[in-house]
Amino acid sequence: MSGLLNWLSQVAAITKFGLLSIPQRRGSVAATICGTAGVVAVFIGVLSIATGFRRVMASSGAPDAAIVLRSGADSEMVSGFGRDETRLIADAPGLARNARGPLVSAELFVIINLPKRSTGTDANVPLRGVEGAAAEVREQLKIVSGRMFEPGKNEVIVGVGAAREFAGLDAGAVVKVGRESWPVVGIFTASGGLAESEMWTDAKVLQAAYQRGDSFQSVYARLASPGAFQQFKDALTSNPRLSVKVERVSDYYAGQSTMLASLITGLGVLIAALMAVGAVFGALNTMYSAVAARTREIATLRALGFGSGAVVLALMLESLALALGGGAIGAGAAYAVFNNFTAATMNWQSFSQVTFAFAVTPTLLVQGVIWATLIGLIGGLLPAIRAARLPIASALREL
Amino acid sequence: MSQPQPIGSPLVHIAGVEKYFQRGAEKIHVLAELNLAVAPGEFLALMGPSGSGKSTLLNLIGGLDRPTKGTVTVAGERIDQLSDRQLADWRARHIGFVFQLYNLMPVLNAERNVELPLLLTHLNAAQRAQHVAAALALVGLSHRAKHFPRTLSGGEQQRVGIARGIVTDPTLLLCDEPTGDLDRKAGDEILDLLCALNREHGKTIVMVTHDPHASARASRTVHLFKGQITNEAVK
Ligand SMILES: Nc1ncnc2c1ncn2[C@@H]1O[C@H](COP(=O)(O)OP(=O)(O)O)[C@@H](O)[C@H]1O
Ligand SMILES: [Mg+2]
Repeated sequence: MSGLLNWLSQVAAITKFGLLSIPQRRGSVAATICGTAGVVAVFIGVLSIATGFRRVMASSGAPDAAIVLRSGADSEMVSGFGRDETRLIADAPGLARNARGPLVSAELFVIINLPKRSTGTDANVPLRGVEGAAAEVREQLKIVSGRMFEPGKNEVIVGVGAAREFAGLDAGAVVKVGRESWPVVGIFTASGGLAESEMWTDAKVLQAAYQRGDSFQSVYARLASPGAFQQFKDALTSNPRLSVKVERVSDYYAGQSTMLASLITGLGVLIAALMAVGAVFGALNTMYSAVAARTREIATLRALGFGSGAVVLALMLESLALALGGGAIGAGAAYAVFNNFTAATMNWQSFSQVTFAFAVTPTLLVQGVIWATLIGLIGGLLPAIRAARLPIASALREL
Repeated sequence: MSQPQPIGSPLVHIAGVEKYFQRGAEKIHVLAELNLAVAPGEFLALMGPSGSGKSTLLNLIGGLDRPTKGTVTVAGERIDQLSDRQLADWRARHIGFVFQLYNLMPVLNAERNVELPLLLTHLNAAQRAQHVAAALALVGLSHRAKHFPRTLSGGEQQRVGIARGIVTDPTLLLCDEPTGDLDRKAGDEILDLLCALNREHGKTIVMVTHDPHASARASRTVHLFKGQITNEAVK
């Protein structure tokens, strides 16, 4: 026990020399800290994009909401129904109802081009036509300014994400598309979900404006309970007059977000890994020069009887301390800059813009610290071993 | 003395020691067929021109290196057979080193430097402080305890080095050119101090020097030339 304490006090003493001598090695120490901070900041920054994007997609559907598409269609874009089919779907068992009937909304959408506020260049926004129950199907929908559109009129309501991202989508403005004019009568939130990136109007009005006849692309439905999903699905898929595919809305959006989120995550890890290689060399260089500058000091300590294990551990601790210092700076900077930073990106399934906020989560911060730890350990190990292996007698000869 | 010795047996006994260094394919022979005994309480000076192997011999006595051939026995223990780890522990218990360039830690003040070897003992902080104060008093530097090496003169730094060398009351004090970097006056003060440690405190000292003025202060001088002892002069 006292042997261990004794050994730890050796480690503490050597670590202390190292840390105290940092002011004499300002340049290389600063380079190491900045390098590590950069890796951690970039890693957290890029992955906060994927996290934020996943979060939007995940909050886009309640577990008791279902979407019905034509069988074989992966997205609303390539799906289609006639009026008779949507009626059959609305008659299926397992649906929640109110005084006016089952909570289903047959929907269609078109993509319109609007200039982005940030760049002025055009980008795609979905204009969705919905039926009366749409807001109840998506329980989270809330009008935050203005009012709901009136059925049968060329009026639109706009999600907060779209309103923030695109020019001319404020309440009271009028959106002109081709020969049609669409007054914006309200702005809505959908608790962070995908709908916030869309514009909504009455399905009938949209069908007429775009010569869609009486056709739809999807049916959104609210279930009587999350458990009623199987009943609803079985009834539709076993109906010989329908050829459909039924998914929970949450699963549907999660599936849509996987590709983009994985792409961003993969890219983030790749960039961070490349930078980490650079940072490891920075740390190696710093620690090698720390060891070189202290060759005689280390040899003196070992001549006095300090153990080489204590020397290795102390140098590793020093390297770790520098890397963690850098990691903390990087994580703090990433949090300050990226958390809740809003952006829009392409949703490749609907070829339209999804707006979302970057999310710097505690998990990401922890992962960033792990990167810093690895950089510190790898960068410190070889120099520490060299310091411990150097023959004392020849090290003492060096000036 | 910290280690009781049978009367007449040497504290350091070197028998048939050979040492060469391997530099690539080349063998550099430094010491050959060397025999030497140091009695307890001696103040031995190792003289010789530069490159004659004085430091190499001192390193063998201090357990910083091992001979290629032959035996090194210190206080009854064959140290040429110890492992690196055993040697480190052994040095901490038995050897005090004094270096030509003092080798103080620049980031530590005088008393922290002197305390270093005590971190390897089982003494607690209060006991360490006592030993440090005693060692600094012995070298006449109590008033400089809080000073950092860069604010001390060369002579003062070497005195801190000596205080660090004796603070654990080692069996043997080994000094490699302790006055080599000092002017005559400061060098004399260091030699006075070493003599006092030897005479009044019974420290056994082996000192490497190439300065006859320094070796004159020792109780015995051994001359080394090309790795061999050429003659001995006893005072
Ligand atoms: N670690 C070493 N590697 C190679 N050669 C060495 C090493 N240590 C000493 N030597 C050589 O051994 C010889 C004696 O060195 P040293 O003992 O330091 O002499 P002195 O102290 O008498 O000046 C020198 O030629 C030196 O170059
Ligand atoms: Mg020498």
